[in-house]
Amino acid sequence: MVTTAPSAWEVAAAVPDPELPMLTLAELGVLAEVAEEGPAVTAWLTPTYSGCPAVAEMAADVAGRLRAAGWAQVEIRLRLDPPWSTDLITEAGKRKLAEAGIAPPVHTGLLQLGRTRLAVPCPQCGSQDTEELSRFGSTSCKALWRCRECREPFERIKEI
Amino acid sequence: MSDNHGDHVYLSLAEADHGPEGEARWAYGTGFADPLLGVDRAAPAGVDAADLAAYCLMLGDDTLILAQRLIEWCTRAPELEEEVALANLGLDLLGQARQLLTRAGQLDGTERTEDDLAYWREAHEFRNVRLVEVPNGDFGHTVARLLLFATARHALYERLSTHVDPVLAAVAARGVKELAYHREYAAAWTLRLGDGTAYSAERMQAGLEAVWPLLDELFTADQAELRLGVDPGGLREPVLAELTEVITGAGLTVPQAAPMARVGGRAGRDGVHTEALGLLLAELQVVARAHPGASW
Repeated sequence: MVTTAPSAWEVAAAVPDPELPMLTLAELGVLAEVAEEGPAVTAWLTPTYSGCPAVAEMAADVAGRLRAAGWAQVEIRLRLDPPWSTDLITEAGKRKLAEAGIAPPVHTGLLQLGRTRLAVPCPQCGSQDTEELSRFGSTSCKALWRCRECREPFERIKEI
Repeated sequence: MSDNHGDHVYLSLAEADHGPEGEARWAYGTGFADPLLGVDRAAPAGVDAADLAAYCLMLGDDTLILAQRLIEWCTRAPELEEEVALANLGLDLLGQARQLLTRAGQLDGTERTEDDLAYWREAHEFRNVRLVEVPNGDFGHTVARLLLFATARHALYERLSTHVDPVLAAVAARGVKELAYHREYAAAWTLRLGDGTAYSAERMQAGLEAVWPLLDELFTADQAELRLGVDPGGLREPVLAELTEVITGAGLTVPQAAPMARVGGRAGRDGVHTEALGLLLAELQVVARAHPGASW
């Protein structure tokens, strides 16, 4: 049997997000790049929101996993350009969010002034008959919604 | 980390050994203080570092001080949802401030950190516009101030997102999407209050009248800003058009109040502030000054 040690990318990509632990940092689109050179590895992270307080935890988790996997020199750097967007959440990431009862982002494009009407299916029952309760929720990236069909409240990742 | 500590959340927090980083067990730990970690520090060719530092300080002070004002609504907001919303808006602005103040400290030759700049300057050293420092007033005042600031800052960030300085451009490119939500929030409340009862409309109009004299400062260029190729005077027309659309759409009247007087030609960008800033800073800075160098 041949086993291959995981690459630095694979190690870093498997780190769960501290606030959405059902997703990995790669599925969330936060892990921008990982470069290996001998015993040294550099990982670039793109923070979600400007004020995201989880960046410190993400950086510490990625560095810790890489060191535990045998890399002696680990450097974590931030990459601000291009800025993070919900477009960077992978299809697998969106599916896992929905499975965890969090509605994934549904469309992209800059928010315009004026009323916008989003069709957000309920992650519990699939009904399209849902409404926003509050644009702002427990973390910067989420809004609070409710399903009129099954009556369950749910969180939703806002497009940004 | 959390996968090993399922028994009790507080046990994992209390553990002395938290992986190789040791100190970053909590999101607000001290292990990762630099919001521009590993980002290239140099000013781009052809840009004066002192000008860029001064400009980052102005923009960072604007968002730091408004974040502090918004966070004052915690435990005082009219509804829980609004409290969460205002705190979220404040968090976005605080995040922008952290990056901008860090950039300012890197470029001005002093190597001051974001904390040095936030906690150890006096009121006359702050470069924010006076709009962000005046007290919150009632909810109508708060919404009015947010509407003016978010509309103007959104327009500015749109332009800055292509600036020659890659850090300023990146902060703006990130911020423009955040400010779009802030503008939307303020506009939605302006419509709801203006188009609500006679009393809510009266309070919303009073809020607009109170903050309107402070709008002009956002369009008044600083010399450093002009040298960086940014003229906020160009924002006046499009921002006023947007504000007029929201205000008239809410059944309210666009205020006609004259701009607040400058003091010997100077205002917030020159370090000339209202009395309110000193009081705000006293609260913002008291813990850092009582326990210099403390970490937790």
